[in-house]
Amino acid sequence: MSESSDKLQSTPRIGPLTGFSTLFYKEWLRFWKVNVQTVLAPVLSALLFLLVFGHTLRNTGEPYPGVNYTAFLAPGLAMMSVLQNAFANSSSSLMQSKMTGNIIFVLLPPLSHREFFFAYLLAAVARGLVCGAGVLLCTLWFVDLRWAHPLWVIVFALLGSAVMGVLGIIAGMQSNKVDELAAFQNFIILPLTFLSGVFYSMYSLPPFWQQLSHLNPFFYIVDGFRYGFFGIGDVSPWLAAGIVAVCLLALSLLTQWLIKTGYKLRH
Amino acid sequence: MNAAIEVDKVVKRYGGLTALGGVSLRVDCGEFFGLLGPNGAGKTTLISILAGLNYPSSGHARVMGHDVVRDYRDARRVLGVVPQELVFDPFFTVRETLTIQSGYFGLRNNGAWIDEVLHCLDLTDKADVNMRQLSGGMKRRVLIGQALVHKPPVIVLDEPTAGVDVELRQSLWQFIRRLNQDGHTIVLTTHYLEEAEALCGRIAMLKQGEIVADDSTQNLLKRFSGCQIKLKLAAPGLPPSLQPLRVEGDGGDCRLALDGYDGVEGVLAALRNAGVAVLEMEVAQPDLEEVFVKIMSH
Repeated sequence: MSESSDKLQSTPRIGPLTGFSTLFYKEWLRFWKVNVQTVLAPVLSALLFLLVFGHTLRNTGEPYPGVNYTAFLAPGLAMMSVLQNAFANSSSSLMQSKMTGNIIFVLLPPLSHREFFFAYLLAAVARGLVCGAGVLLCTLWFVDLRWAHPLWVIVFALLGSAVMGVLGIIAGMQSNKVDELAAFQNFIILPLTFLSGVFYSMYSLPPFWQQLSHLNPFFYIVDGFRYGFFGIGDVSPWLAAGIVAVCLLALSLLTQWLIKTGYKLRH
Repeated sequence: MNAAIEVDKVVKRYGGLTALGGVSLRVDCGEFFGLLGPNGAGKTTLISILAGLNYPSSGHARVMGHDVVRDYRDARRVLGVVPQELVFDPFFTVRETLTIQSGYFGLRNNGAWIDEVLHCLDLTDKADVNMRQLSGGMKRRVLIGQALVHKPPVIVLDEPTAGVDVELRQSLWQFIRRLNQDGHTIVLTTHYLEEAEALCGRIAMLKQGEIVADDSTQNLLKRFSGCQIKLKLAAPGLPPSLQPLRVEGDGGDCRLALDGYDGVEGVLAALRNAGVAVLEMEVAQPDLEEVFVKIMSH
């Protein structure tokens, strides 16, 4: 600390959206630097699900006409990976930052609530998509995915990861400890994901459970995503996209309001 | 003189607890200002309000004229804060940490300045080392670097030398002094009163969320402290008439507390009258610790 600090006097140059893009870049680096844990491990888990369930349930009949169980399962598992990892990215980043206290580095700068929101959201979407793409890439050589409507695949991957990224931001803001976040994950996210039709078609369920599935927004994400591959779904992809988009909009507005008011971030 | 910081009747309540009870103070541009108080007095709460980490329950705070709530973007651009806790992001190197922090403030291509900050803080050879691998003192220096990356005119240091070894403390003092000489307004909170006395031109003291003193360091020392004299006396030692002034020692070696230098003559007269010879005498300079204790015990 021997030299002059006179360069402090010059005026810094401020770039538009630099705060937002830097926070996104930091969040991207945060998961990419540990990609064995944040990308490879979830992809491997999804593949194990596919191998075990695909093998043991291969003779249970075709969930959709002309679509065997393994092919049916693959998009569901890819979407499950998208959902869980998008949620994990924003929730764990925020919760850990709050726990360790380094959230202060994000709270001190002049970032707006929208910059904060969209940076965490975009990073969550990115990790969700990377993991989902990883699962699909690994299944290509032994599963016949028809890619009937690739645009719907992209739309539902984006919508699904965005919904979970937003939920992750809420969970991360709400949680101050690992067990609080684990409760959110185990009692809300995991049941909704497993009961969303990843492993089965809704029409294989008794009527009561079919009705109940319609209340689960994750069902529409998985169903619409699967429609993109096989051109067959339990509900119309337009209806599914509409419901998910409305959920995303409502959650986004709520989350931005929470960030603006400093909920559990600023006191 | 323009105000770098203005705090106007700021109240902060946490449920039933009042952390700040209507604090008002002003720090002029270019000042080296000390904010002192015992633990729980509200120093960190006040700093958190200035930094936008906490919202005031009522009242207003401004940094370089920008309201910290309504005009928070401009207020945060002109403020650098070194937090009390030794926090860091374990995913990044020192350079990445500074580059990211610079980006949060909207600064692109700030590499030259980051190199300068690294150099000033003796961190150049650690630039590409992960934060986890740094010692506590180095992490503290990175925190200072993070507060400087956007070249703020006002810098708040919340106990920057807590838990820091003597050598690093000295070099931090030197660096902070230089920032102040370069025109930066410095607000320092510390529990090391000799540090505040040596560095700060003006000092405010907080007690239970209220400002109980706000004056120049010299005035505080004059106004509150009086003086002390250390005596080595021949037998029979301190006469009974001077016993009430004794704060330390017994017999021939003792320390007496006086209201001011004009009390010295009275002590010498009492010793002369009692026939006690003075072997050694030293008038002790007043210090901030004494002032602090007096103010806090009122």
